[in-house]
Amino acid sequence: MRILFLIFFCFFFFIFYEGLKKDPKEIPSNLISKKIPEFNLKGFNSSEMTNYDLYKSEIKIINFFASWCPPCQIEHEQLMHLSKKNSVFGIAKKNQLDELSSWLKRLGNPYTKIGMDLEGDVSIDWGVYGLPETFIVDEEGIIKYKHVGPIMKRDLKELESVIKNLR
Amino acid sequence: MKYIIIFMSLFFLQANSIEPDEMLEDTRLEKIAREIGKELRCLVCQNEDIQNSNADIAKDLRKIVRKKLLNGESKKQIIDYIHSRYGDFVLFSPPIRIDTFGLWLLPIIFFFFLTFLIFRK
Repeated sequence: MRILFLIFFCFFFFIFYEGLKKDPKEIPSNLISKKIPEFNLKGFNSSEMTNYDLYKSEIKIINFFASWCPPCQIEHEQLMHLSKKNSVFGIAKKNQLDELSSWLKRLGNPYTKIGMDLEGDVSIDWGVYGLPETFIVDEEGIIKYKHVGPIMKRDLKELESVIKNLR
Repeated sequence: MKYIIIFMSLFFLQANSIEPDEMLEDTRLEKIAREIGKELRCLVCQNEDIQNSNADIAKDLRKIVRKKLLNGESKKQIIDYIHSRYGDFVLFSPPIRIDTFGLWLLPIIFFFFLTFLIFRK
């Protein structure tokens, strides 16, 4: 009987101990290993941005951001760094063109192309629940990785190794 | 008494965060939208449904639910769509699958185990 109780105790201890290590605010993406959702957005520096822009034969970083979101400003420097060697696409959520324009003038523009998600519907289609969120998409348009929250300097190593492994 | 009324009004206000401009004119569809809203968990406030949450994402989800209802989609189709985007976390009752079986089975096992412990003598 005691052994049975001990097994039960160890089992629950292990489950709860593992649970403690997880971040409750981070919800795993349901779109990993799936094709990018279809979308057609008004472009910021182009007439439009669609899912077809993300099918080009290279690894792409897709960043959901907004000029009104303070953590997006924190990660901006890291995006500038990543854009030196990678294509970074932006989807600006509920952002006015003029506000975004002055924000990018001030901080620099790391984006190859920006889509204006004025209603926020495309963000929902990508399973985005907060800003910023960043996806890495492979050459065939399959979502391979998702980073929730601002990309900090300490995250660069992991992101770069994911990109390196996909190449 | 005055304070009790104010307190109670606040309680009822909190019970439903939906704003007047979000509501559908068709009362039948609005009723379905509210039913859907109660089945979906707000992703940033964790133990609140999207119907009762003031978070931006909850507002966006309420809006998309209504948009899809107006496009003629059914309750199941809409819940399936949001489930496909946000995973099991967004549902208050996760589906019964092999990987979620433990969630449903463990409380029963635990209940029988405790009952056995209490009544074994």
